[in-house]
Amino acid sequence: MDNIFYYSSVFIALIMFVSLYRAVAGPTILDRIIGVNAIGSKTVPLLILIGLMYERVEMFIDIALAYAMLNFVAVLAASRYFQKRKGLDRE
Amino acid sequence: MIYFISFLIFLSLLFMFGAAVGLLRLPDFYSRLHASGMLDTTGLLLFVIAVSAFCLWQDFSVNTVFLVIKLIFIAVFIFITSPTATHAIVDAGIRAGMKPWKKNKMEE
Repeated sequence: MDNIFYYSSVFIALIMFVSLYRAVAGPTILDRIIGVNAIGSKTVPLLILIGLMYERVEMFIDIALAYAMLNFVAVLAASRYFQKRKGLDRE
Repeated sequence: MIYFISFLIFLSLLFMFGAAVGLLRLPDFYSRLHASGMLDTTGLLLFVIAVSAFCLWQDFSVNTVFLVIKLIFIAVFIFITSPTATHAIVDAGIRAGMKPWKKNKMEE
């Protein structure tokens, strides 16, 4: 069972690198926000997997919940900030 | 039981992989947002079900029940906040005047 958790956390880290490409090289600003949102929403299962591997799930679940809230507030604030600006489709 | 948990984790990883492929390959920012928002939420739900089944299978006690309640709270929170964030990003794109992608741009 430990091997399953190990390999799935490595796979989630690879998926996060794939999303990082969209966050770095996205054509518009909103693409970058989507990439950051995708990375942040994959942080929660990764933290729970780390907790399962260290056998301290009850501590890491609180950290995962805090990360979920932080990600939500960050994405909402960024999209509200860029809402009024024209020319979001340019580089 | 171990096969059930492994199958759920594999399914959730498959959904997340689909979200990453959609994020890379789709042509427009609206469609990318659709793939990312929907599939990530489903993947996290399956993952939470798998982890809570594993924790209840390891030892069934009061502490584990509280832990599973916390996990369910994470799932409910993500189910409320992920569509809200998606809607906020789409609203920013619409108000900035970005046109959705069409297949044949020459025919317009």
